[in-house]
Formats: sequence, structure tokens, C-alpha cells
Amino acid sequence: MQLAFSATDEAFRLEVRAFVRTHLPADIRTKVERGLRLEHADYVRWFRILESRGWLTPGWPVEHGGPGWSHVQRYIFDEETLLGGAPRIIASGIQMLGPVLIAFGTPEQQAKYLPGIRQSNTWWAQGFSEPGAGSDLAAVRSTAVLEPDGRHFVVNGHKVWTSYAQWCSMMFALVRTDPTAAKPQEGISFLLIDMASPGLTVRPIRMLEGGTDLNECFLDNVRVPVGNLVGELNKGWGYGKYLLGHERTGIAGIGSCKQQLARARSLASAQGLGHDPLLQARLAQFEVELMALEFTALRLLSAHQRSSVPAVEASMLKVRGTELRQAIYETLLDIGGPEALPFDAEVQCLDAAAELPAPAELGTLAANCLDARKLSIYGGSNEVQRNLIAQAVLAAV
Amino acid sequence: MDFALTDDHLALRDAVRRFCDGEYPAPGRGDREDDPLAARRHAGIAELGLLGLALDPALGGSGLGAVEAMLVAQELGRALANGPWLPNAVLAAPLLAGAAPAALAARWLPGLVAGTRQVALACGEPGARYDLADVQTTATASAGGWTLHGRKTLVLGGDSADGLLVVARSAGAQRGCDGLSLFAIDAGTPGLRVQPVTLLDGRRAAHLDLAAVAVGADRLVGPLHGALPLVQDAADRAAAALVAESAGALDALLALTCEHLRTRRQFGVPLAKFQALQHRVADMLIALEQLKSMACVAAMALAGPDAAQRRRLVSAAKALAAQLGRQHGLAAIQLHGAMGMTDECRAGHYAKRLITNGQLFGDAAHHLQCVAAPRPH
Repeated sequence: MQLAFSATDEAFRLEVRAFVRTHLPADIRTKVERGLRLEHADYVRWFRILESRGWLTPGWPVEHGGPGWSHVQRYIFDEETLLGGAPRIIASGIQMLGPVLIAFGTPEQQAKYLPGIRQSNTWWAQGFSEPGAGSDLAAVRSTAVLEPDGRHFVVNGHKVWTSYAQWCSMMFALVRTDPTAAKPQEGISFLLIDMASPGLTVRPIRMLEGGTDLNECFLDNVRVPVGNLVGELNKGWGYGKYLLGHERTGIAGIGSCKQQLARARSLASAQGLGHDPLLQARLAQFEVELMALEFTALRLLSAHQRSSVPAVEASMLKVRGTELRQAIYETLLDIGGPEALPFDAEVQCLDAAAELPAPAELGTLAANCLDARKLSIYGGSNEVQRNLIAQAVLAAV
Repeated sequence: MDFALTDDHLALRDAVRRFCDGEYPAPGRGDREDDPLAARRHAGIAELGLLGLALDPALGGSGLGAVEAMLVAQELGRALANGPWLPNAVLAAPLLAGAAPAALAARWLPGLVAGTRQVALACGEPGARYDLADVQTTATASAGGWTLHGRKTLVLGGDSADGLLVVARSAGAQRGCDGLSLFAIDAGTPGLRVQPVTLLDGRRAAHLDLAAVAVGADRLVGPLHGALPLVQDAADRAAAALVAESAGALDALLALTCEHLRTRRQFGVPLAKFQALQHRVADMLIALEQLKSMACVAAMALAGPDAAQRRRLVSAAKALAAQLGRQHGLAAIQLHGAMGMTDECRAGHYAKRLITNGQLFGDAAHHLQCVAAPRPH
């Protein structure tokens, strides 16, 4: 056992830190630190900077442009980039579709789509959830029917909670191709759909905090070339599960926790609460819980250095990490006090140079806190995660 | 950053687990032990080499480190063992080996390692709570040595100790960090009264009254007026061991609870089918994984070079163990229903151990304050 990171990992940490300090544009850093909304162009700028260093796709195999990092290095990378004020890598093409295409796509599909993902030319929408299929994803009802000539699918359905669909030119979707299958998980296929296809419309959903980055997508007789089927017909559920299970290193969100805890400390000082005993007790509690989360993530990762982290362990990290982050956001709101109440839904959309409502920094706290409620809902709600954890432990003991 | 156990680690853990399974049968774990049983278990722990775990082989020890101690503590916690290991092996032995005059160490340590002599550290006082510097027991210079006056409380293993390491104030004010000294006293010394006490979880301890106890000059352990760092280190070792004990205890308690939920039927189905109960079990497992991690962290931190950083990590671990241990110990009683309220059911015995561990050597509030204190860098 060894508590310190290896010399190699420490050197790597410094390398990432220096890179972020040198190359992260100041206006993007300011937006992240103030909890302001980032534009598409902001993400693209940062992602291209990362790609130029070969660091945009840490989860991809080396032969497809991944950097070949260990779990621990990926962990360090996440932490250092977030602590340095960089945006998270949110593009679902990078996090989700890329690994699926690499594992199950044809060489033609890989050649056609992977470069666009890496160069941030193509953003991909995740067409999974539907009004009747949230945490119970196997209930998807959107259909894809093969035309008689066998060259196109015709897709009909309604997708929802599609993040950043307004920036996306392509969508990967789970659609039902065999409505007669014995189990709901069977008879689902994984299709790639051009967002510009006739019959596909996107409607933004206005969220509590004022954001409009989530959307509904309506598919009305959308024709999709049969070459856009990933893997085998009716096997899409397995690919979807692979995709959701793939991105687990960062699932605990430790870098984000640290980022927000640091924000809470500096805001507390600015608000004259640097010596408030009740607040300091809460912050100390967060620090302890964050430490426990971080070392648990590292312990579980180090036990699976070369393989993926098992689902139950990922579920535990997801539950603890998201609930801790939400608690920190709530405390941030408390630190704001009454001055966090003036609410302008547009405030998050200000650019970094803009004057924030006085006192500075407080205008985004409520919006951030509300936005953070999504953490325990998406990616399989925390209740579903607890079901999975309990099933494993009750069966195993 | 590496949490892997070596084959030697695993062999040690398995040996202790086998011993505990034989010596602490599951249905009686946590029950009060009579003197012959306590003596037999003590001898068994000595035979495994656990009492000299941390000592140099030249002193008859096994020369092992904090990670090994963590593994031992986990297994003892799992079995609800409450014997001589923590007071002797964790608190006293390293103090004697590291700071006692050679003649004294040579007289006390071999017996301690062999299980024929017990030594206890007396560092607590009435009203001092968890402040190790809050010492009112006095040591006054006298002809040929020192005279001790005062009262020490909750001396773990003090009821059966042959020798006592007593913290007393030789200089300075009541809560001053300087001016504390450590004295080794034989249990039969005139003026020393030992009042046995049993703790919530069955641990044995004692309160000591010292009325003009004469101590020879050769019984000073460590530097005069400079014992606090030694005592703090001992408290850190104990805190880390208690975190590991709690991790082991919670592990066993989770297994018991799952077994109950799978076998107990109500409304025509096993309790395990109810989602409300499943979610409590899920939270218990999440707590357990965090405790296991922090037990490793505390153990590894003990070996770290920077005292402030070490104390911070140990405090974080201890705070969490106190909170999660009690929370889930009590939750397990709820999950066992009315049976969980009985003395026969083991759930309550584990809860008692988890609560006790939480409040020995610093509770959650104390250690949170340590974490919140200005950082070293």
C-alpha cells in the first residue's frame, strides 16, 4: 500500500496543471469559475486545444487516438483540468458514441465519424430517453421499420432530455426494430441519424434555472440509410449498456466537488463567513466526505487498474459523488444568503467580461443549485443505482 | 497511490480471521467474557505474534507496520474481540520500545509480547474529554524520583494491567502542551488505586486514583516535560486502529443484516424484496466501502513523515468512522426489527461496538475540528 501517487503520476499531474494554466483561455476559465453558461464555441475552442495535445479522448484506445492513460492518470487529468477551471468534457460523441463505434462499428463507420468527433466538427446528440422511458430505458417506443427495398429505415418517435441537441448535427438513438420480441430489451437497435433529415424537429425545453440546453426531438417518418445501423439488428440494448458503463472513471465527479468546495470557501470569505462556526463545520464535513469519496474511488480504481470498474462500484461512486456535490451546491446557496435570491434566468448566459449583478458571483448560485438536481436523476437515477447496489449485496452475501 | 494487499498481508489477515472464527463463535460475539476465557484469548493473540506486531524482531516483535495493524484490527472488529491487543500492542508497546529507558523496556516488553504482562496507557482525565494536553495529575520532583497525584479515567486494559504508563503534568499550566511527562508505574505501587470499569461494548478499562504515588527516576518514559507528542502519536495509532475495527465490525454487521433480510418473511415475501429496506442496505454498503478506504488511508498516514498531514488524515478517517459507524449500527437495529432490540441478536452488539469506537480517542466533532483547523501548508 502506498498513499502517495507515484513519481510518474505526480509528474503527470504537474504536466496537466501546467498545460491548463498555459492553454485554457482566460474567458472560459472565468465562466466556469462563476458558474456561467458556456457557449458551443467555448467548448469547441477548449476541446480543440486538448485534441492538439492528444488529450481529448482519454477513454479511447491508443490506436484510435487515445493517450493510453491508466485509470489513475485519467483520474488525475479530470481533477486537474476541473480544478484549473476548465469545462468538463461533455460531448457525448467523445464520451459515449466513440467507444461504441470503436467496439462495434464497421471500419467505414469508424473512418466516417471518429475524426469528426475528435476534431469537434460533429457534435452528437444522445437519443435514448423518451417520455415513457426514463430510468426504465428498455421501454423505448420509437420505431424503425425497414423499407421494402431494404435500403432505409423509417423512424418515428419522440426523444426527450436530449442535451445540446441544438449544437448537434448527428444523433445516436435506441429505436425499436422488433416490436414482437419476447423481452423489452430485445428488439432494440442502435441507429445513427442525421439531425438535418427531413421530419426531424428539435424543440428546446426551458428548465427551472433558465437553461435551454435540453431538448425534445420529434422524429416523423425520418429516413435513415441502412448503413447507419451500428452492430447487429435488434442488439442495440447491449451497445447502449456498454456505452453507459464505459465512462466510469469520472463518475464520482471528484474534480467538480473540489472545484465547488473551493468556490464555497472563497465565497464564504468574501461574504464575511470565514469564521462562522456552523458554516466552517459544514465545510469540514464536506472535506471529510470528499476525502472518503476520493480515496474510495482511487481504491476501487487501483483494484481494477487494467479493466473496467464493475457496475456496482460505479453505482456507489455515482450515488455518493452526486449527493455530495448537490449538498455543496446547497451550501453555496446558503453562503449567498438573501443576496442569492434576485433571480435573472438570463444571468448564466452573460459572457465572462460582463458585469454580474452586485455583489458579483452571487447571481448564479440559485441556478447552479437547481441545475445540480439533475445529477441524481440522469445516468440512471440514484434510486435505480441503490436498487442495483442492494440487489448485488443481497444476492452475494 | 496503491491500495493493493500483498500475499503476506492476505496470509496475516487469514490467520487472524481463522483464529477469530475459532475463538469468537458468531452467536456469542460481543458477550461478556469471564477471566479464564479472556486469558485463553489473550494467550492465543500472543501466540499469533500480534502483541509484538509493531516491534522490532530484536525485541521479540514481528517488525510489521501500520497496514498490518489495520488488517488485524479489522478482523478483531469483525469478531467483536475486546481483549488486550489495542492497549498493549497499539498503545503501550511502541511507546515502551521507542521511549522507555533500556532497562525498563527489557523488563516489560518480553512479557508484553508473550502475553504474560499487560501494560496500559493512562492518558485521559475527568472533564478533559479528548484534549490530551488537558492534564491535572501532577508529578512533583522528590528524593530519588517523582511523586504523582491525581486521577486518570478510561484507561483501556487498565483493570488487568501489570504496568501503567501515566501521563502527568511535571510543569506548565493545565492545558499547556509543554510540561507533560510519562511515568511507568507497577500496578501494585502504594497509593495507586485501580477501579475497574466495563464500557458499553464490553471493553475493559479502569479509572486510576493516584495519591502520593512514588515513582523512581528510572521510570520516566521519554523526555521530561515533552511527552505530549508521544501520547499524540499513540492516540493517532489507536484512532487508526479503531477506524479499522469499525470497518471490520460494519462489514460483519452488513452480512448479518443481509442474511436477516433474505430469511425473514413478512407479508408473504422475504424482507429483501422491499425497496425501502434495499435502499438502506445500499447506503450501508456505500458507508462500508468508505470506511474501508479511510481505514487504509489512516494506516498509511501513520507512516507518513509530516505530523500535521498525518493527524489531518487520521482525524478525517476517525470523524467518518464515528458518524457512519453509529448511523449504520443503529440502522441495522431498525432493519432487524424488534429482534434487533434484544440482547440475543448480534446487531445490537455490533452497534455498541461502533458507538464505542466512535467515542474513544476523539468523536466526530472533535476530529472535524482537527480537520477544520488551519492547514499546514
